[in-house]
Amino acid sequence: MASIQINNLRKTYDGGVQAVKGVSIDIKDGEFIVLVGPSGCGKSTLLRMVAGLETITDGELFIGDRLVNTIEPADRDIAMVFQNYALYPHMTVYNNLAYGLKNRGFAKAEIGKRVRKAAEILEIGEYLERKPRQLSGGQRQRVAMGRAIVRDPAAFLFDEPLSNLDAKLRVQMRLEIRKLQKELGTTSLYVTHDQLEAMTLADRLVVLSGGEVEQIGSPIDVYEKPASTFVATFIGSPAMNLLPLSKDDNNWKLDNSAVVDVKLSTDLAELTLGVRPEDLVIEELSEKFDTGLHTALKVTAVEPVGAESYVHGTIGEGSVDIVVRAPGKLHFEPGQILKVTAKPDKLHTFDMLTGKRIELQGTLEIA
Amino acid sequence: MIERRPLLSFSSHVIMVIGIIAVALPVWITFVAATHTTERMLVSPLPLLPGTHFWENLKMVLFTQEFLGTTRAPVWLSMTNSLIIALSIAIGKIVISLLSAFAIVYFRFPGRMLFFWMIFITLMLPVEVRILPTFEVVANLGMLDSYWGLTIPLIASATATFMFRQAFLTVPDELLEAARLDGAGPLKFFWDILLPLSRTNIAALFVILFTFGWNQYLWPLLITTKTEMHTVVMSIKQMLEVAEAVPQWNIIMMTSLVAMLPPILVVVLMQRLFVKGLVESEK
Repeated sequence: MASIQINNLRKTYDGGVQAVKGVSIDIKDGEFIVLVGPSGCGKSTLLRMVAGLETITDGELFIGDRLVNTIEPADRDIAMVFQNYALYPHMTVYNNLAYGLKNRGFAKAEIGKRVRKAAEILEIGEYLERKPRQLSGGQRQRVAMGRAIVRDPAAFLFDEPLSNLDAKLRVQMRLEIRKLQKELGTTSLYVTHDQLEAMTLADRLVVLSGGEVEQIGSPIDVYEKPASTFVATFIGSPAMNLLPLSKDDNNWKLDNSAVVDVKLSTDLAELTLGVRPEDLVIEELSEKFDTGLHTALKVTAVEPVGAESYVHGTIGEGSVDIVVRAPGKLHFEPGQILKVTAKPDKLHTFDMLTGKRIELQGTLEIA
Repeated sequence: MIERRPLLSFSSHVIMVIGIIAVALPVWITFVAATHTTERMLVSPLPLLPGTHFWENLKMVLFTQEFLGTTRAPVWLSMTNSLIIALSIAIGKIVISLLSAFAIVYFRFPGRMLFFWMIFITLMLPVEVRILPTFEVVANLGMLDSYWGLTIPLIASATATFMFRQAFLTVPDELLEAARLDGAGPLKFFWDILLPLSRTNIAALFVILFTFGWNQYLWPLLITTKTEMHTVVMSIKQMLEVAEAVPQWNIIMMTSLVAMLPPILVVVLMQRLFVKGLVESEK
């Protein structure tokens, strides 16, 4: 068990491409940190730098109290679970688990004890004599986890370990990984592009974009107070609606055209208003809020997903698409005009140029 | 293709039978000739059914040095020579190619691609093309009439290096990374992971290279003068060139028969691995 301290870590590839542009994260002992971001955001590179599989261009990396920048991966006291499991195909499950211990010179009896214990925790005891190709995807995933557990390392690194599993198994393994990590209390760094996986697993989320940290925080914090429009649209599904607003004679306008009924006290002349699909309410179905956002939505499509429906539509002159997430099975015709409203405390405001969140003081006035 | 047309299956069987006859007939004639006396082989028409002198001919071929007045190596000795040479060439080629492919695929060193292309370009220079300079080198090193001279110039192999390179490239990088995290150094990774994964490729190459070494003719002919260093393929040819005498077809054919056995054995014994090695892609 150990903390991991990432200080201003940078990675520049030979061609001059900057994959990681100065990332700092303090990971506490036993914490489960999820790195999340779209492909190419540098999350895997960052993880591989922690593992020692990529060299560090600049910055400092501490595991425990030890500076490990130039230490070999095997000597960093970490274990990694790979996306494609990376099991040794010619070895039995037992030998797959035992290989790292053998190389470290553990006694045979100790190896046997640890392998059996890990196999018991992961319920793969009956497969120990099988080869990886005789196992299903979920079982292979367990073996890959077992290989990390037997080593009893200071930290686990997960590189999108669930992305090769089918949807149902993914949900199940997600829960198990979470449970296991809590039981073992091992510091974990987990990379994923799946925001749902990130939300459910993390003690703290690190949202990355373009090699830089967009936001670090607990999943709920990140969801409720996204630090930028990038985080706002990346976390949450369907994504947060963003409305570009500009002020003209005290009236907020969308797209320089439609007047939007929203009361904001700010000196800014332009901003981006964010509102989550579930915070928009269709007036015909529910009560109308006196304050907040009021606008008209022209329905383009309705997607029923069972317990709720996603109503897609446009506002303004049809140039801004928004989604409303409403409970129940709804039927609206395309072209129908609906009035939608949102509570003032459900609105997010962002600087239009930088995309950063701005907290407006006493944001909304009563109409 | 699943079709039930009697005429089609009949004609395809006819074609297959013709093919089998074309391949098997020369072997059959060799076998038949090896079971008759020299006299019978000089009378027309040639026999098509086996005679009764098989063991007699076999004994004579294997152990007699006198052959129509000239001394030659008995076939058991030339067979041993061939075996040593074929094994050394096959094993030597595999070991060297494995190591050079390992270096080229897994290590970043200056001039890596240069070396790769240099090895690759030697594909264009088979033994026959560079035979004179190679002979000069081998002669200067005093390796004429020795197993060293017979094998070393044939061991360097671009083909096998290239094959192993391709095989190693299909091994996922994650496996190397997992091994690194498991504390395996480069040689341990090579020995514990890469070699077992290349098992079928090695077997396939062994079959091909053993046959290649066994069938060497020009190079042994050039650098051996002592009869006790002759290979079996050479002896067959020399039996045909006995001055002022009628070739002893029964003996020659028996020698051919015996010479065919080891490559056949290697192919039969390693066939399962051989086929796997050529078609398998899953790692």
